[in-house]
Amino acid sequence: MTSKNQIKIVAEQGKQELYIYREFDAPREAVYRAFVEPELVVQWLGPLNMKMKIEKYDIRTGGSYRYIHTDGQGNEYAFNGVVHEATAPERVIQTFEFEGLPERGHVSLDTALFEPLPNNRTRLVMHSVFRSLMARDGMVMSGMEQGLGEGFARLDELLAVQVQ
Amino acid sequence: MLTYKFVSKYLHIDMTVHARRDVFQAIADPTRREILNMIAYQSLNLNAIAEKFDVSRPAISQHIKILTECGLVIIREQGRERYCEVQAQKLTEVADWLEPFRKLWEHRFSKLDTLLVKMQSTKKTKKR
Repeated sequence: MTSKNQIKIVAEQGKQELYIYREFDAPREAVYRAFVEPELVVQWLGPLNMKMKIEKYDIRTGGSYRYIHTDGQGNEYAFNGVVHEATAPERVIQTFEFEGLPERGHVSLDTALFEPLPNNRTRLVMHSVFRSLMARDGMVMSGMEQGLGEGFARLDELLAVQVQ
Repeated sequence: MLTYKFVSKYLHIDMTVHARRDVFQAIADPTRREILNMIAYQSLNLNAIAEKFDVSRPAISQHIKILTECGLVIIREQGRERYCEVQAQKLTEVADWLEPFRKLWEHRFSKLDTLLVKMQSTKKTKKR
């Protein structure tokens, strides 16, 4: 796999926002489709070792979505949001909420911009604004939990050996 | 293989950056991560936290002790109650605290790369 398309994540200290940048070797029409069509998004959005099930995925202005990631132990992580604007092939603006939090209402506003680059390439900019700094940092921490549970389990064992 | 690479990368950093080890050790334990997630949005007292786990209260106290020692949690006394408050800021002070989050998105985008290649080739076949 080539690694020229490096991901860049910017989460400045003390700011309740988060940026993800990434380039793709495909025109933005294709990248946009991969983001908004349920049968395509299900093929890549699931974290490692998780199954993704889409309950609803209507990415149009005024639409909404809900999907569930299930890990090997059967734990479910559900997410939902509404679509403020979907303008093909330029941008999608939507809300995002993880339903597994102790209380409702910690919603982020997510904007995905699909910028055309020469040679049929695309630059993706994902920008999330959270209601609080805690919510942003909590989101990043939940990324650890969901994405790398297994990696951490191994790390646990290795650290235990180190401590002895 | 991926797991191995991930772990060896962390161990390398672990051995070179000592300040980092404490925080990563703290969050390497699933119970401690769960405690952090529980108090990420609201401070809770020790009893409220212990109630949600099957393990003993002293075990939970021990986990919280480790979290406070690493600076990830502070205890605030309110009357008779002791509330645990997360110090997520501490996590952001650690260099590369985003690394696991980055891995999550790298994994997703590499799958997206594969999908995009597939989409392009299907399109070409259709044109011909």
